[in-house]
Amino acid sequence: MLNRNEILQTIAMIDQQHLDVRTITMGISLLDCAHPDVKKCCDRIYDKIVRRAGQLVRVGTEIEAEFGIPIVNKRISVTPIALVAAGCDTENYLPFAEALDRAAQEVGVNFLGGFSALVHKGYTLSDRRLIASIPEVLAKTKLVCSSVNVATTRAGINMDAVAEMGRVIKQTAALTADSGGFGCAKLVVFANAVEDNPFMAGAFHGTGEPECVVNVGVSGPGVVSHALKACQGEPFDVVAETIKRTAFKVTRMGQLVAQEASQRLGVPFGIVDLSLAPTPAVGDSVADILELMGLESVGAPGTTAALALLNDAVKKGGVMASSHVGGLSGAFIPVSEDEGMIRAALNGALCIEKLEAMTCVCSVGLDMIAVPGDVSAETISAIIADEAAIGVVNNKTTAVRIIPAPGKVVGDVVEFGGLLGSAPVMPVRSYSSSDFIARGGRIPAPLHSLRN
Amino acid sequence: MKVIVTVIAKDRVGIIADVCALLAAHGVNILDISQTILQDYFTMIMLADVSGCDLPFAELTRTLHEAGENLGLDIRAQREDIFNAMHRI
Repeated sequence: MLNRNEILQTIAMIDQQHLDVRTITMGISLLDCAHPDVKKCCDRIYDKIVRRAGQLVRVGTEIEAEFGIPIVNKRISVTPIALVAAGCDTENYLPFAEALDRAAQEVGVNFLGGFSALVHKGYTLSDRRLIASIPEVLAKTKLVCSSVNVATTRAGINMDAVAEMGRVIKQTAALTADSGGFGCAKLVVFANAVEDNPFMAGAFHGTGEPECVVNVGVSGPGVVSHALKACQGEPFDVVAETIKRTAFKVTRMGQLVAQEASQRLGVPFGIVDLSLAPTPAVGDSVADILELMGLESVGAPGTTAALALLNDAVKKGGVMASSHVGGLSGAFIPVSEDEGMIRAALNGALCIEKLEAMTCVCSVGLDMIAVPGDVSAETISAIIADEAAIGVVNNKTTAVRIIPAPGKVVGDVVEFGGLLGSAPVMPVRSYSSSDFIARGGRIPAPLHSLRN
Repeated sequence: MKVIVTVIAKDRVGIIADVCALLAAHGVNILDISQTILQDYFTMIMLADVSGCDLPFAELTRTLHEAGENLGLDIRAQREDIFNAMHRI
């Protein structure tokens, strides 16, 4: 029989420490929806999503009620649309995105990811058309998220795509200027994108995935920081061990929810993504965890080491608790979604360069960062190139989700609301990278031997 | 199906009676009860069987929660599996 303390500990984690399942994401292959006629292709896409995911929200809500664990998001990821739409003779890919948006609204999910293209080595005609449609798509649809993979460790970095994505991000910001450039919050530029990521905005259903699959992302920065409050002044061995134990418990809960959802939906279980995803709520912050390790503020020297320990311990604890681990798995550091990061960015303790260093040792990359609206497309491209280089050389996923907020300057705050929080506009170095970006071409894949 | 019902409230006369009457009204069979006072709060944990319950479990959890609010009690019912998953290997 369970003892009282165990039961009360679980309840306290949920009630006071913001423990939740961050997302149940259903991945759906749309490869069989291809059709030369745009309207028919869109109809097939809509029908298939509604058929496959019709029960997703109901099942999620049921599990929430029965287990007493909040499931914050129910989402869908689909095959990159550049593949699905490749057979259609049309320049404008907006109709596909509108079909996705209608289907997402019909089934009641929070977001749908997969308006995506993988161009790490080069473009197909369809990739070009999709990327050209991104700004309009993000301005005119509500729930559709977009991602573009511009680099991999095996292929190197497609600098033409890097240059183009800088312009696409600027156009997206301009088209969604009335909401602070919100469209950019739905757009991720990746290096080494993964096929089974359940988190937005970068989720898509890769071609190596089955017909339909359920992936779950767990969370729980608040639970980790609560546990660390009990190890003040202890050496790092104790800190790492405490984080591992906590991550194990959190992930066991995620695994249970994933199995239950998979069984009820009649869809195979894919992976649990072992993540620490913060929310803007007080006490649900990754920055807090780093500060509890002894830093006055996140961004202080030592932050990268603290994050490296955290990220590694989360994976070590979580991996034993789940039968299949995948996705991005690690600590997220989205600035606008983390109350501690927002505070540090506002008071100048945290700068973009420090965040860039942190991305070398954590889950993804420069995430939900607002920069002044007059930052040039070339500078944004150069920031993407830097992040891609970190991912490519270190054999990890990196990403950039950056918002050049129209009309905003350093010190302003852009409000996105909900889980996306509010982003303090951060300074970017003003020296030009234009000639660097203008070169185009490809940066070759790195050597992975002679590692000294 | 076995569930854990937890009740947390400011201590007063008749909490156990109220909760038991509520559970009995919906055909929930109580298998084990432990209760104590923790930091001035009455804290009760029950193991119960809901196989004879007249409501789907998700609805029972809502009903208990709402009834609890009227009685000034924080009542929650959760499937036992979540605690086992977290604390037992």
